[in-house]
Amino acid sequence: MSRNLHLSDLNPTLDRRSFLKACTMAAAALGLSSEMVPQIVEAAASPQRPPVVWLHFQECTGCTEALLRASHPDIGRLILDIISLDYHETVMAAAGRQAETCLHDTITKYDGKFVCVVEGAIPTKDGGIYCKIGGRTALSILKEVAPKAAAIIAIGTCATYGGIQAAAPNPTGAVGVNSIIHDKPIVNISGCPPNPINFLGTVLHFLTFKRLPETDSLGRPLFAYGRKIHDHCERRAHFDEGRFVEKFGDEGHKKGYCLYKVGCKGPETYANCPAVRFNDVGVWPVSVGHGCVGCTEPNFWDTMTPFYERLPSVAIPGDRGVVSSAESAGKTILGVAAAAIGVHAAVGIGRRLGKGSSCCAKPAASTQASDDKSKE
Amino acid sequence: MGTKITVDPITRIEGHLRIDAEVSDGQIKNAWSSGQMWRGIENILQGRDPRDAWLFTQRICGVCTTVHALASVRCVENALGMEIPLNAQYIRNLIVSLHALHDHIVHFYVLSALDWVDVVSALQADSKKTAGLASTLSEWPNNSPERFKAVQAKVKALVDSGQLGPFANAYWGHAAMHLPPEANLMAVSHYLEALDYQRKATQALAILSGKNPHIQNLSVGGVTAAINPANEATLNMERLYWVKQLVEEVSGFIKQVYLPDVIAVGALYKDWLQYGAGVTNYLAVPDMPLDTKGERFDLPGGVIFQGNLASVKEIKSFKDTFFKDNVVECIAHSWYKGDWTKHPFEEDTVPNYTDFNENGKYTWLKAPRFQGYPMQVGPLAQVLVGYAVGHELTKKYVDDALSKVSSLAGAQVGPNVLHSTPGRHLARAIRAAMLADLALKHWELLVDNVGKGDLAIFNPPTFPKGEQRGFGFHEAPRGALSHWIVIQDGRIKNYQCVVPSTWNAGPRDEKGILGPYEASLVGNPVADPEKPLEVLRTIHSFDPCIACAVHMLEPERGEVSQVKVL
Repeated sequence: MSRNLHLSDLNPTLDRRSFLKACTMAAAALGLSSEMVPQIVEAAASPQRPPVVWLHFQECTGCTEALLRASHPDIGRLILDIISLDYHETVMAAAGRQAETCLHDTITKYDGKFVCVVEGAIPTKDGGIYCKIGGRTALSILKEVAPKAAAIIAIGTCATYGGIQAAAPNPTGAVGVNSIIHDKPIVNISGCPPNPINFLGTVLHFLTFKRLPETDSLGRPLFAYGRKIHDHCERRAHFDEGRFVEKFGDEGHKKGYCLYKVGCKGPETYANCPAVRFNDVGVWPVSVGHGCVGCTEPNFWDTMTPFYERLPSVAIPGDRGVVSSAESAGKTILGVAAAAIGVHAAVGIGRRLGKGSSCCAKPAASTQASDDKSKE
Repeated sequence: MGTKITVDPITRIEGHLRIDAEVSDGQIKNAWSSGQMWRGIENILQGRDPRDAWLFTQRICGVCTTVHALASVRCVENALGMEIPLNAQYIRNLIVSLHALHDHIVHFYVLSALDWVDVVSALQADSKKTAGLASTLSEWPNNSPERFKAVQAKVKALVDSGQLGPFANAYWGHAAMHLPPEANLMAVSHYLEALDYQRKATQALAILSGKNPHIQNLSVGGVTAAINPANEATLNMERLYWVKQLVEEVSGFIKQVYLPDVIAVGALYKDWLQYGAGVTNYLAVPDMPLDTKGERFDLPGGVIFQGNLASVKEIKSFKDTFFKDNVVECIAHSWYKGDWTKHPFEEDTVPNYTDFNENGKYTWLKAPRFQGYPMQVGPLAQVLVGYAVGHELTKKYVDDALSKVSSLAGAQVGPNVLHSTPGRHLARAIRAAMLADLALKHWELLVDNVGKGDLAIFNPPTFPKGEQRGFGFHEAPRGALSHWIVIQDGRIKNYQCVVPSTWNAGPRDEKGILGPYEASLVGNPVADPEKPLEVLRTIHSFDPCIACAVHMLEPERGEVSQVKVL
């Protein structure tokens, strides 16, 4: 597992073995056959590195941080060998006017040819004053840069669907890129933050095939968001057999039972987390005993909360467990979740504690009740 | 009045920051720090389940991932008067230390080294001489002439390609860059290695927390990472030893590369030891608790006024009233309605944007004050407080580092030089070394406790009717962080975050007293107002995080919002 930089890592022309390995892993992540590897190698090692402009808006930089943790390719190889990261406020050396010059030069020189990555939501309320860079609003920067891009990759649930700042009552009118830009190919890499593998797989797909990967109705690549977490969770057998964690730290928790009753949102969430896992150490939230919070789904801050309450519409099998009923419960959810954001929100657990909306507000007493129940 | 310069955006930080400065006779005379983004997360929290708050607040910042999560669960537990199991405390302490190891490495190499290191100059270096220089600093095995030569070839290929990517348009060749080519080459090589070691720290963190950034293993009342040495789906000895091995590797990099590099930069830029002190009131909170209540800690906290270490007053527990009663925030120069100064429990904030007005409101950041004074927070504050109270680990690393700076610089320096721009970097590297030691210590404590048969990780919270108030603090990589919550009938009524970068990057208060960023810039040299590299040096030394610093929330009718900047 050692990932020390060796001499061979510094330049693919010295020893291409590890470079080829990275490309092979990327092909695997994309679900491509091994015949595609040479094409990926060629695209990734092209002497003219494709220019990338990375815009930060209303965000926490978690998506960029996720990329710092990626290993195939790692960040050093990505920015030195594969792409030319011409504007990225977190890593670029230039600042102030010199930084703005980098942005202007890139979008002028590579008009129609660069890839625009957007991290963060765009505030639209009050003329967009809630996020400014170089004296300009995020809204006006996006409207200037996006039309010149070859394609747009929205990274993270903020850039895709508005994210946390768009949670009720959405004080700044935050939205995702595709609410503002309509005439460009946009791919949505949702997640909070997304697994960097899904971003890198999309970049390599684009470089290799010169087009964005196939997506679902929410704009997410099928290679990463094509399956429900519940359907490929390693704890699924416990769900089907009716073995649940009732309270963190109980006997079921110590045996790795299903987390549905302590709030897991896997049954309504589409992502490849159980398959690709995180940080190259074979983990994901469920593997450390915490339920999925549904972070790849639009509006999950409202539709998936309270996080520690169970999804209301998934049937729980009885003590003996009934595989067929669990399956049918899953299918019902699947059909709905894939339909549309609006519908999804409506059937999500969605008891958003809206101010004054008594139909949604959940009295504190019931929280207490469920806590009491799970006590000893 | 001299030249007015505006640096916007300040890059290589988290978030959107603008710095304005007045320069005359080659020196900064006055400065303004302005947070340029507001998201309203505190506002969004209102009315929600307090158990969910940590997942929301963690998204305040992805650079400072984990820190708002920890402060949040601690504030809810404080409001409910809860203790958490010992294992949960140790696992949280491992999170604290592992995240900091990653964060400090990234900060020095990725976010600030390029202010001191001239990448292009590295092309002129002799790789053998570089290895010679490196061998005087440490025994790091990768400091070989062959590796330095390969790194140099890499830099040359990049420059020759004409596509400098993130290294384009920087201040290469700037008059304030003083390092010899060999030191620059060594630093570039370490920059590339740092990318690998920061990743190892996050891998150790992920084994415990499921993923990173944005961990998912906490809960109000403990952690969710079940421990069972007899199960494959839980924390067992295979998982825990993997954590230990990764920490040991990262610890080697910190002690043999990061700390020696910072010592060398401090010594080679010794003229900078006189710049950047700014506000010398310091605040640090205790962390790495050793018991279930938060009354004994491995890292001390306290306050120091006017750089006088003898004035130190300790902060002693998670319930410390000296801390609780003395924090306020002022919005006289912030884009919120009103001009009040209030305690976090009492704050109500309505956004009121007026554009940049240097005599009026000019930032989304509030101005936190302690007993009415601006305070500098961060690793420097923690190291000075530790030094002042005679904390053994702190004294050991500080004395050792200062003696090395002295011998490299050819002049005796004492703890006073820590009040400076390079001093902040040195304190951060010292803190990283201490946390590498403490991570291993708390790993042992956890394993010993598990060995005794204690597998408890969680005490379930119960929310009574009525109102509860609580605060939770955490000594984050950027300094003292505190969350303040008012719970009403099991729902969040008010939530405020008083954040390290708000302490440091906040504006003037109602008395016109400058915040730490602003004060630290005054007196800095500026060789070329067109290329204000010196501004970046001092600002980056604080490790700015602006997403954190801007927060807002309103108590009464959901119309309040808050912005944080770290």
